[in-house]
Amino acid sequence: MNKAQLMQGNQAAALGVLAAGVRFFAGYPITPSTEVAEILAEELPKIGGKFIQMEDEIASMGAVCGASLTGVKAITATSGPGFSLKQELIGYACMAEIPCVIVNVQRMGPSTGLPTSPAQGDVMQARWGTHGDHGIIVLSPGSVRESFDVAVSAVNFAEKYRTPVILLLDEVIGHMRERVEIPDAADITVVNRKKPDGPPAEFQAYKPDADGVPPMAPFGEGYFHHVTGLVHSYSGMPASGGAVTDELVRRLESKINRAQEDITLYTEHFLEDAEIVIVAYGGSARAAMAALKEARAKGHKVGMLKLITLWPFPAELVMRATKNAKTIVVPELNTGQLVSEIERYCGRERVVSVTRVDGELFKPAEILASVLSQGGKS
Amino acid sequence: MANIEKYMRKAALPHIWCPGCGNGILLASILRAIDKLELDQKKTIIVSGIGCSSRASGYMNFNTVHTAHGRALPFATGIKLANPKLNVIVITGDGDSTAIGGNHFIHACRRNIDITTIIFNNSIYGMTGGQYSPLSPTGTQATTAPYGHIERPFDIAALAIAAGATYVARGTAFHATMLTDVVVKGIQNKGFSVIDAITQCPISYGRKNKMGGAPQMLQWQKDHAVPVTAVAKMKPADLVGKFVIGDLHKIEAPEYTAEYDKMIARVAKKGGESA
Repeated sequence: MNKAQLMQGNQAAALGVLAAGVRFFAGYPITPSTEVAEILAEELPKIGGKFIQMEDEIASMGAVCGASLTGVKAITATSGPGFSLKQELIGYACMAEIPCVIVNVQRMGPSTGLPTSPAQGDVMQARWGTHGDHGIIVLSPGSVRESFDVAVSAVNFAEKYRTPVILLLDEVIGHMRERVEIPDAADITVVNRKKPDGPPAEFQAYKPDADGVPPMAPFGEGYFHHVTGLVHSYSGMPASGGAVTDELVRRLESKINRAQEDITLYTEHFLEDAEIVIVAYGGSARAAMAALKEARAKGHKVGMLKLITLWPFPAELVMRATKNAKTIVVPELNTGQLVSEIERYCGRERVVSVTRVDGELFKPAEILASVLSQGGKS
Repeated sequence: MANIEKYMRKAALPHIWCPGCGNGILLASILRAIDKLELDQKKTIIVSGIGCSSRASGYMNFNTVHTAHGRALPFATGIKLANPKLNVIVITGDGDSTAIGGNHFIHACRRNIDITTIIFNNSIYGMTGGQYSPLSPTGTQATTAPYGHIERPFDIAALAIAAGATYVARGTAFHATMLTDVVVKGIQNKGFSVIDAITQCPISYGRKNKMGGAPQMLQWQKDHAVPVTAVAKMKPADLVGKFVIGDLHKIEAPEYTAEYDKMIARVAKKGGESA
């Protein structure tokens, strides 16, 4: 049976989160992410799930946190301006360790910007948008099929590490239609958060296991505990001691950083003999792939590392993939956001930033020209 | 005397409230209501925002959430919609619910979701040291109104009624027993219930506004409260400067989570027919 379907990235992401077990969505209409809400409004009631359009972006994020505390897998979807508004409670979810996924279909900013034009300008906001030190996971798929798979991973990571996960699409991935085959449910790995198994009287809601992640008791099962955005002790009660604060703030980041290998998703292309390595992600990686093929056809030793996991930044992977490269080309639909991280680990002298911020996509020829101007001919 | 100790996290005491604060009286009134209704402690969730009022959740032995400023109702909405079997009680303040959380408040009223919201109304931002709130009367002295407050306050009950809440009542810290009664009725109401609970802040409001200490402020509550049953016999002029306490509003309307469950049943049935 041919299971191929023509679908958008937004649709694939919606189907992906459903396959991963999401049964709650709260959101607010915003271009170019609205299809995610529309699809889930239709699909969730069919399987007993809940959809609610809240009064604003902040409320959507609050409802997602509340639902997740009851043990239900919950997500929201938004775009730039809404993503800005959600930062307050993304920080709450980091601090209170509430699993959830925020789909951000990036559009051209700042502010209202260009609502239906592609951009990758939220890479740094996804990492540091909420105040204070915190860990976060940010995943950016580069195709419609990848939007499905990475949406599944996003939900799984949120559950496994008790953290918000940002699924960072760009407008062109969200709205583009491609022919895809959605895998069977039996072939999809679904991860559920771990629950406490001890007696409720001894339950300490924020006492981490060896992996740095505390088990999570759903509300309503007798494991009484307090959830707060204040600095808190293992019991969950507000605390302000220096040692308690230091341990908590460092753990919120280290529980994610220590799992870097598990969290890092990427693909490699022609890296074996590459003298020029393109490091790209999202929609830009597609133009980069076309440029790469053309360069190879002309005899240039060009390869590509396509990142899906942007944060925690996969420094080891990037250093390994670019070890023998004379030049590293980083195309981004922003003024150069992830490139600073690559420069940090690979050295500024080897790194070339290629940027575009006019609301248009990269053309393969632009990236090819940048590659060839680096003298990549062998 | 109700046994409310089992509902308290005694390890979390002493509380952070100032001497003379009315919040402890309101908290005890809520716990007596929970006891009176014999709510299943495991299935009862307390959600609060930020501010003096919202510290109450930390002293209550349930699943409790101390959310962000103004956001108690969105969290509570997510909890109730995800699991309608849970009893969801929100504790918030006048600034928390009607300023930074004002949009959430009117929409929770409109949805008529089965949540009981008790607003600890002390007419001031106490936690930050006495800035005017949307409930500060015109003329109030506050740290941010050093020349007297020139804005007009909300009437929380009128706001809730206009926005669609199906049970609305008002009580005070002085009328603690009556407050328990209206909280009971609020929880029993299958829909969104709002209790405007007037409380005293002697430190950040009373002192600056020359209202005396806690006993004088409680006396003020007694002297200015008019039971709703007495209003009909009074002339409008007699009500100037007073506030009405008791049941202010009760109507029947479809409750949100019940309507959602009906929709799920409808969608499932439709799916079955087409199969």
